[in-house]
Amino acid sequence: MSITDMELKEKAKAIRKEKFKKRMLGSADKRGLMMSLVVYVLLVTIAFIYLYPVLYMFSRSLMTRSDLLDASAKWLPSQITGKNYQDAILTLDYWNSLWKNLVLALVPTVCQVFICSMVGYGFARYKFPLKGFWMAVLILAFLLPTQVTSLPNYLTFSRLKLADGTVKPFVITAVLGQGFKSVLCVLIFYNFHRQTPQSLVEAAEIDGAGHFKAYWRIAVPLCTAAIVVVTLFSFVWYWNETTLVREYLGYGHTRAKGLTTLMIELQKFEDSYNTTFDARASSVTSTNKINDAIRMAGTMLAIAPLLILYFVLQKQFVESVDRAGITGE
Amino acid sequence: MGNWLYEKVLPLLEYVPYVLLGCVCAALIAALIYALVRRSQKKPVQRFIRDTLWGYFFIFPWLVGICIFFLSGVADSLLYSFYNLKLDNGLQLIPLTGEDAMGNTVYTPLANYISVFNKELNYPVTLANFAVSLILQLPVIIAFSLIIALMLNGKIRGRGFFRTVFFLPVIIATGPVMNQLTAQGVSSVPMVSQNVITSVLAGMPEFISTPISDLFSQLILILWNSGIQILIFLAGLQKVPTAMYEAAKIDGASGWETFWKITLPTLRSMILLNSIYTVVTLATGSTNPIIDLIYNATYAVTKGYSYAAAMTWMYTVIVAILLLITFLIIREKKEKKSKDIWRRDVESAKRGMQSKKVRKLLERGKAA
Repeated sequence: MSITDMELKEKAKAIRKEKFKKRMLGSADKRGLMMSLVVYVLLVTIAFIYLYPVLYMFSRSLMTRSDLLDASAKWLPSQITGKNYQDAILTLDYWNSLWKNLVLALVPTVCQVFICSMVGYGFARYKFPLKGFWMAVLILAFLLPTQVTSLPNYLTFSRLKLADGTVKPFVITAVLGQGFKSVLCVLIFYNFHRQTPQSLVEAAEIDGAGHFKAYWRIAVPLCTAAIVVVTLFSFVWYWNETTLVREYLGYGHTRAKGLTTLMIELQKFEDSYNTTFDARASSVTSTNKINDAIRMAGTMLAIAPLLILYFVLQKQFVESVDRAGITGE
Repeated sequence: MGNWLYEKVLPLLEYVPYVLLGCVCAALIAALIYALVRRSQKKPVQRFIRDTLWGYFFIFPWLVGICIFFLSGVADSLLYSFYNLKLDNGLQLIPLTGEDAMGNTVYTPLANYISVFNKELNYPVTLANFAVSLILQLPVIIAFSLIIALMLNGKIRGRGFFRTVFFLPVIIATGPVMNQLTAQGVSSVPMVSQNVITSVLAGMPEFISTPISDLFSQLILILWNSGIQILIFLAGLQKVPTAMYEAAKIDGASGWETFWKITLPTLRSMILLNSIYTVVTLATGSTNPIIDLIYNATYAVTKGYSYAAAMTWMYTVIVAILLLITFLIIREKKEKKSKDIWRRDVESAKRGMQSKKVRKLLERGKAA
């Protein structure tokens, strides 16, 4: 009897061992604990690397001058101060620049989304002569560095007296489908509209809707996911671009007064700080001298609208990325 | 001969896009009139004509834009790179001159291209450095974004949170902000002990070690550049049919095998797309030193616009070559790849043949 007992015990032990192994290393159906651990550790580490600059910027921007010099206060400020933000707001002329920048980013974005959606639909839905050629041109426009065309465009603008510091050149390029990275937007929409069932659109046409109405009433509502993605992207691109924006606004030549963006203001942050606070005059002894905390506060302020927009749209964005088929196959 | 080419033929290049646009418009108007006439006669308009008209209706704004801005920009920039143009007081189109001993004007084509090498001694070196760092960065970005996408695609807790974090760089990784961050020294991971890397690299020749140490010192920047790539991979992963994974599981394939045999091959086109996208963004991004060089040359007194255009075109050729190499390495090798006899059979059956092996297998199946 005792032998079978022993055997049973052995067997139970083996089974337990097997179970333990399965739980740790996983089976074909389920991931084991070890694997999960590895995945989570990796994810958290990389998430930290991603967040690190933002967190660093944020904590720095709240520090006082003495904290900056104090090596022991690397992360947490000993005393939270809002003065850096006040200074940065003055330096950037924040509310004014913000308003101008919003105009400069929002208006072309709306045009861009509208036009690119139409162009993508045209390419996806219809067959017409030279279609292959135009598609090739589209791809070429994506591959060529923008610098090739930006200079002649700038000349065209200044010849037509368009680069006058208003939103005009942005709107014109966006309406003609040549906004910042329009090609990518067109490709996203193209890919998306291709997945729209043709039968739906054709059914609408048989029911008496015109081609444009079919597009507007059927195809557009079906591609809200793509619209969210493209809107967010274009807004970000318009917000963040500096070189092209300077050219469109006529910086360096005809530039006098007009629109500006926070990113451009950020580029000349130090100079404007010095003029605003007259810091250079008494540079050695001055307590006004620019420091990292103020710079970081300025940077935070410049990207704050994007962060707010992203966190508002975040859920829709992440979900629509799943469905949008951003990819061109 | 040279003069004739310069004064008569080359300037025509400028009009090509407009002529193209004009021709298309004329053809469209003709088609429209034809369609209207047919309609007034109560005859149905052919589908082909209708589709053409509506197709062009939808893409028309873009068509005008691409001709006016893109194609004519390309033509202009190519044209001007053969002349001698500066941007100082207004714009002056001065034909490229050099005078010979007799006082005649001599047209020397490619003069700008040649003078790039004389004036910009750093240019070839900068180009080479850029190419090397691109080749090093590309696999890192692709591998990294693939891993992230695979992890985000799996069943994990807090998926929403992680996704939000990983797409964050798409929002804020840009020129001025990046410059501020680099100036702060935030662009390298603080935990990675730099000493280990430098000691390893010390034994290598300089042209290899410099880009690699750059790679490590800019790790965050590189990782931040992979936001869109993660998006593309995620979208691709969602399209892999789940039935395939189930079939593989039934056949007893491990997760590792599934990844290599199913996931990776289906993602091949995504990898190609991602690589091309990465090369293009790295090559045209505002943090790129060459773009800076070109931009400065445009407004420099001694160099000028034509010179910058020549530089841009040289750069474009280099980027095109890099793109071509990427494409050739990653593209799908169709015929050779499929070792699977059934699949090969489907392919050959399309051409009207069926392989002997499969026929035998089928016959055996019928007999049984």
